[in-house]
Amino acid sequence: MPNPAISVKDLRKSFGDFEAVKGVGFEVDGGEVFGFLGPNGAGKTTTINMLCTLTKPTSGQAEVAGYDVVAAKDDVRRHIGLVFQDPTLDGYLSAEQNLRLHAELYGVEKHLVKPRMEQVLKMVGLWERRGSQVLTYSGGMRRRLEIARGLMHSPRVLFLDEPTIGLDPQTRSSIWGYIRQLQQQEEITIFMTTHYMDEAEFCGRIAIMDGGEIVALDTPAALKEAVGADRLRIETADDERAIGELGERFGLEATVSEGAVSFAVADGEEFVPRLFAEMNVPIKAVSLSRPTLDDVFMSHTGSTIRDAEESSAKNRNRAALQAMGGARR
Amino acid sequence: MSERPEPRAMASTTEPLPAGAGAPAPASPPTVEVRVPPRSWRSEVRAVKIVWHRELIRFQKDRMRIVTSLVQPLLFLFVLGAGLQQLSAASTHGVELKTFIYPGVLCISVMFTAMFSAASIVWDREFGFLREMMVAPVRRSSIVVGKVLGGATVASFQGLILLALAWAVHVPYSLTLVVGVFALQLLLAFSITAFGVMIAARITQIQSFMGVMQMIVTPMFFISGALFPSGDLPNWLAVLNRLDPITYAVTPMRTLIFNHLDISAEANKVLNPPITWFGWEVPIALQIFTVFALGMIMLGIAIVEFNAGD
Repeated sequence: MPNPAISVKDLRKSFGDFEAVKGVGFEVDGGEVFGFLGPNGAGKTTTINMLCTLTKPTSGQAEVAGYDVVAAKDDVRRHIGLVFQDPTLDGYLSAEQNLRLHAELYGVEKHLVKPRMEQVLKMVGLWERRGSQVLTYSGGMRRRLEIARGLMHSPRVLFLDEPTIGLDPQTRSSIWGYIRQLQQQEEITIFMTTHYMDEAEFCGRIAIMDGGEIVALDTPAALKEAVGADRLRIETADDERAIGELGERFGLEATVSEGAVSFAVADGEEFVPRLFAEMNVPIKAVSLSRPTLDDVFMSHTGSTIRDAEESSAKNRNRAALQAMGGARR
Repeated sequence: MSERPEPRAMASTTEPLPAGAGAPAPASPPTVEVRVPPRSWRSEVRAVKIVWHRELIRFQKDRMRIVTSLVQPLLFLFVLGAGLQQLSAASTHGVELKTFIYPGVLCISVMFTAMFSAASIVWDREFGFLREMMVAPVRRSSIVVGKVLGGATVASFQGLILLALAWAVHVPYSLTLVVGVFALQLLLAFSITAFGVMIAARITQIQSFMGVMQMIVTPMFFISGALFPSGDLPNWLAVLNRLDPITYAVTPMRTLIFNHLDISAEANKVLNPPITWFGWEVPIALQIFTVFALGMIMLGIAIVEFNAGD
């Protein structure tokens, strides 16, 4: 697929006077696994909803599978599969009936419904249970079924909104197994959001989102490389003084996050002895880590993903209230 | 088949699929590429059909609902009917009270089932399934039409159960009776479901929805003359009675049933007086059309409402 599967230009969305998405732009190539990473309330779901034609953008442009999300809504919908954060299965129906209903709604050719259903159900390991009511399924099985359903009509782009949230590690890893399998078997582009750092590493490229903006976009490796330095976290008797001393003596910029002083430094292993020798503030504990996506996030936003979630909770509540008041349904 | 190849097949995959998934084929079946055609009237028809079909599947699986929705009409028919019989014996000209209210009860069983059918759209929203339907590449109107037709069908099936009780109220069976009653029930169920779906577009919480429906449907039922003749009513009630759409479903239903009974002209005149607008006798056909037209109008409003959301 030579054309970009998704192309977005200066996309914005406001709810009342709250700007949830503040002008994002990016392109996703065909066949790519593209991750949207960020804390809750960063605007990921709003962005995904705009790309799926569920929410109308306030301004800006977006094309999915070559179709405009506002002008050619139906064409976009024909070519995308959706797996939502919240379950959208009919619990009274069996897995098979849920998939059949989906195929009918999407107008899948009748003679292909059965073989396609067999393929997707086998992929997620639910073929044997296809006749059971979905009510009897566990949470992990339901999510797997939702993924199978999202694939029923061979979408060109599959949107996964937090596909692994609230699942046990085993189910999470099998969901990642399907995603890799899909990439090999079908010409499909996967666009997913997550706020698990470790999962984001599986993506081909990642956009880091914070406060409604994309703050970084690259491959996981390149993002980590850009941070470069190792990350040190120290627990001290007096964090304020420690930050001051680090600045004065070593010219390092440190911040307090999650109850410890944290800073980036090149060649961390060699720095630790100096730290103990030269700091006046008693140090209680030290930990050194190679750069992770968490650090990438931190270096771009100045806070860890968990801190960002706490501070955005206020905004999020406000946005949620407005969304409820504004939209009747 | 043979046991031999199985271990090999299983060893080749990381996540072994249960045995017997296909004889010699590899564990993962071949890719079946499907294509979603551009929107056409054909895909809309398919969408309407499947949404309608889903209502039937759900109704069939929900045995409890079939039984519980029978309680109320049966109470009206046998408890109220038998209980008030002594009071009314003098004025019903030899017609048993339960026979008299039977047509009304045929209407209410359909009304309340249709109301529950419409409520399912609120449940669908609550459980997220509405979203699955709303993002499909079909018109929202197809979803709404399928939903309304499904609700109407289900409610008429429920009505058929009560039709089976005709012998108990001394109404003889005939083909025209069964077909006529079913058609009228389908029509009433359609209009009530359309009304419910129209309300459900606005009221998204199940508690409020049921409250609003009760608040509107129960008075409509009582005023309609399902339980009393609409002849010599006090003025205020006569006006409300003529304004009530259910009246125009109950009167044709009662006329249909009474035509199958051997009762005196006198009794017919008292128990099933014609509906009049300012002294003009409203033809049965116009009454039926009124119910149908109102149903279509409400369906139209429901479609507009659902199209307006994002």
